[in-house]
Amino acid sequence: MILDIDTKLLKKNAYRVTKQRGITALRIRVPGGDLNIKYFDIIKEVAEKYGNGTVHITTRQGFEIPGISMEKIDEINELISPIIRGLKDEGVQIEDEEGGYPAAGTRNVSACIGNRVCPFANYDTTALALKIEKLIYPNDYHVKIAVTGCPNDCIKAHMQDIGIIGQVEPIYDPSRCIGCQACVKNCKRRVTGALTFENFKVVRDPNRCIGCGECILKCPTSAWTRGEKYYRIVIMGRTGKKNPRLAQTFIEWADEESVLKIIKNMYDFIDKYIDKTLDKEHVGYIVDREGFKKFKEEVLKDVKLPKKAKVANHLDYTGYRYERNTIYD
Amino acid sequence: MGVELNAKSFNDALKILSIKYKIFAPVRLKGKGAFSDTDLVTYGEISSYKDIELSEKSRYSPKEVIYPITQTLFYFTEDEYKEPEIDDKGIVVFLRPCDANSYLKLDNIFLKNGPYEDNYYKRLRDKVKFFVIECTKGFSTCFCVSTGSNKFLDYDVFFRFDDDKITCDIKNEEFSYAFSGKEVEFSPEFIEKNEIDVKLPDIGKISQKVEYVFNHELWDEYTKRCIACGRCTVSCPTCSCFSMQDIFYKDNPKCGERRRVWASCMVDGFTDVAGGHSYRQKYGERMRFKVMHKIYDYKKTLQHNNVHWLRKV
Repeated sequence: MILDIDTKLLKKNAYRVTKQRGITALRIRVPGGDLNIKYFDIIKEVAEKYGNGTVHITTRQGFEIPGISMEKIDEINELISPIIRGLKDEGVQIEDEEGGYPAAGTRNVSACIGNRVCPFANYDTTALALKIEKLIYPNDYHVKIAVTGCPNDCIKAHMQDIGIIGQVEPIYDPSRCIGCQACVKNCKRRVTGALTFENFKVVRDPNRCIGCGECILKCPTSAWTRGEKYYRIVIMGRTGKKNPRLAQTFIEWADEESVLKIIKNMYDFIDKYIDKTLDKEHVGYIVDREGFKKFKEEVLKDVKLPKKAKVANHLDYTGYRYERNTIYD
Repeated sequence: MGVELNAKSFNDALKILSIKYKIFAPVRLKGKGAFSDTDLVTYGEISSYKDIELSEKSRYSPKEVIYPITQTLFYFTEDEYKEPEIDDKGIVVFLRPCDANSYLKLDNIFLKNGPYEDNYYKRLRDKVKFFVIECTKGFSTCFCVSTGSNKFLDYDVFFRFDDDKITCDIKNEEFSYAFSGKEVEFSPEFIEKNEIDVKLPDIGKISQKVEYVFNHELWDEYTKRCIACGRCTVSCPTCSCFSMQDIFYKDNPKCGERRRVWASCMVDGFTDVAGGHSYRQKYGERMRFKVMHKIYDYKKTLQHNNVHWLRKV
């Protein structure tokens, strides 16, 4: 049994302190929840040889291998080096491939399955998750990011510090419309009722349209087709023991370049305003303390949003506080 | 005899033809598929060989070229009306034998079904020249052999596309001027067998047992599975139903236009009548109507009018 464990280094290395002294668990990052099957052999080997033969699928789409002796960390780090090298080959900045994960603060970027499989998805979420991973990992700041293909938000982007929701601008060619109203009825029933029927053709209210692309999917004649890809950025959603809340829309109709720049800028914001007296501080609480105006100013630095983009003037969180007195029956 | 071309001489021909004709063919529209990052293969105007998409079946049919989805019949003001002009140019359509045959079926409906020819259809249809694309393999969902639409010999020009080697047979001499190349032996080939065989019922037998067909449980399956989206009818090269719409312009309701717009017997509203009633609420009933109308009634009516329902090949 080893007695001298630097738990801070241990945690940074993506291992965790567990209930059992000397026993740890390793978290394998899976950006976008998309993993080459060849790495399964390594995960299996770690679990069988060093762990307790099981693997836990984490809420952020990684793998957690429990039951590992802390003494074996160096060996395991060597064993998982092909997985780390895989990240490096994709363009993630990692210096030492043999030393295990270089950071764990910024969590795995999770993603719904996206347009490689799902008919509803408006973009390739797997690819964007990887682009974000490359941009922000390794990093110690505690940040949760998830990307989702459409406003169904299957990945729960609304529970993240940054949630990216795919949008598409629907383009309407009235000459191809047979007036079946499949889009109108569907938008009313399933979405926001942004479509109305006037003079036998469809009118779209751009202020109500959330760019989900349902009208395009419903249209039998391709009167509705896909225009440019856009993204809704929702921010500072969270769970936690203090003030759980859904993320609110910061920007809609943003382009990919702006999304990436804003995420990058957010790390500068954290760096500038984080309370350094604390062990760690979650970005949402920094924004709460410093104010949305300041956050907005900092993250939009040098960002060239598309003309269509709409930026929130203020955020109206509807979360609640656990500390509030609740009257129970 | 055929003429052998390559991509360059073919493109030269298109250029020459484009002076007098609008040229349509199956095209690939990048990113225009309903699902994101997918393409839409449909008919569109082309200007070069690379615009023609032959590797994938077209989602929509070439009927749109002569029978537009939305067609303004006339504009009206308080006491006058005017028909819209149409393009002076002729129309060349690159299409497969099945699609060429489907034009003949549309002809029956628009030109031979009833006492009057449909002038709006006719004035576009008369411009059409068939540039038939040789099709010997078809696609996995094709069944042209079963319907006898696999062959089409009344073409103006027939093409075999084999990458950079293009061979054509010019039947209509008026097109000889456009195509220059080496003369070669060439006889068009047609597909002889599809992956799917469709067994068409004997119309005579249906006539004797209409009630049996009408109440057959086959339609119940459609009631369960069909979503009444109308895609089958808008993609079908022989569906021809339309409805009329009078539009009164918003800024000045005394002016407007009368349009005809495709309709689909599969979607809601097709059978709406005065008083708010409508018929065939069940989707299986709609499918039954469609099939009976397109196959049974069509044959019966056209036989009555002495029109051959299927072309002799």
